[in-house]
Amino acid sequence: MPTRTFAGVYASLAEIAEFVRFSVKDANLSASEQFSLETAVDEAVSNIIEHAYQGEGKGTIRCQVRVGTDSIKVILEDHGKTFDPSLVPSPKLHGVLKNRSNHGLGYYMMCQLVDDIKFDFTDKRNRLTISKNISKSVEPA
Amino acid sequence: MEISTSQYKHCDVIKVTGRLDSFTSPKLAEELAKVNNQNRYKLILDFTNLDFVSSAGLRVLIAGLKNCKRYNRGELVVAGLSPAIQSVFELAGFHRIFKIFPDVLSAVGSF
Repeated sequence: MPTRTFAGVYASLAEIAEFVRFSVKDANLSASEQFSLETAVDEAVSNIIEHAYQGEGKGTIRCQVRVGTDSIKVILEDHGKTFDPSLVPSPKLHGVLKNRSNHGLGYYMMCQLVDDIKFDFTDKRNRLTISKNISKSVEPA
Repeated sequence: MEISTSQYKHCDVIKVTGRLDSFTSPKLAEELAKVNNQNRYKLILDFTNLDFVSSAGLRVLIAGLKNCKRYNRGELVVAGLSPAIQSVFELAGFHRIFKIFPDVLSAVGSF
């Protein structure tokens, strides 16, 4: 299973996206499925840096990609602060411009774009598993 | 990400190429501030060659829109969205608050 460890800095985002893209290249994801997965992983990594590590350069992020016949799992591990998704506020998506707040938008997008998100916190290690089902689409990535 | 700004009589066009994420979005925020500091608030973001946008990029866009529209001094519109970027705008509800044009030419014509 493709696995790599990246520095916990925002400059790693493009590298991680490239790593995930390369790892799933034979999975027959549609273009929209691939974009959704890439966006969800980007949001997750950004959250790890911002909230778990509370800044850049505080730790590493291990990324593993598991390609199954029906789904893809991207597993991200860090050693930062535990993240409680229940505390993330819902973004206001329908308000007028002056009342729009985008706090929680990243987590909201992550949840909307993939099929399952699972958090595990053990032994000072946070593990986030992002699952994306593979449709039998004919639209190639 | 690459940014280039072109100044026209009635508006400025800011062309963004590549990824707009947590790493690159501060650069766009700086460019928007730079243009606003020249008292130019009628702006078009040309996303024809934008490959990716995350919530960090969207936060910069909404801050830019609020700043341009303040005191009715201008507008920030977007043009040339790919289907993937359009889908992110719709997911975030941005299609309700941004004027979206199919291409830069039609966006320029709106000012």
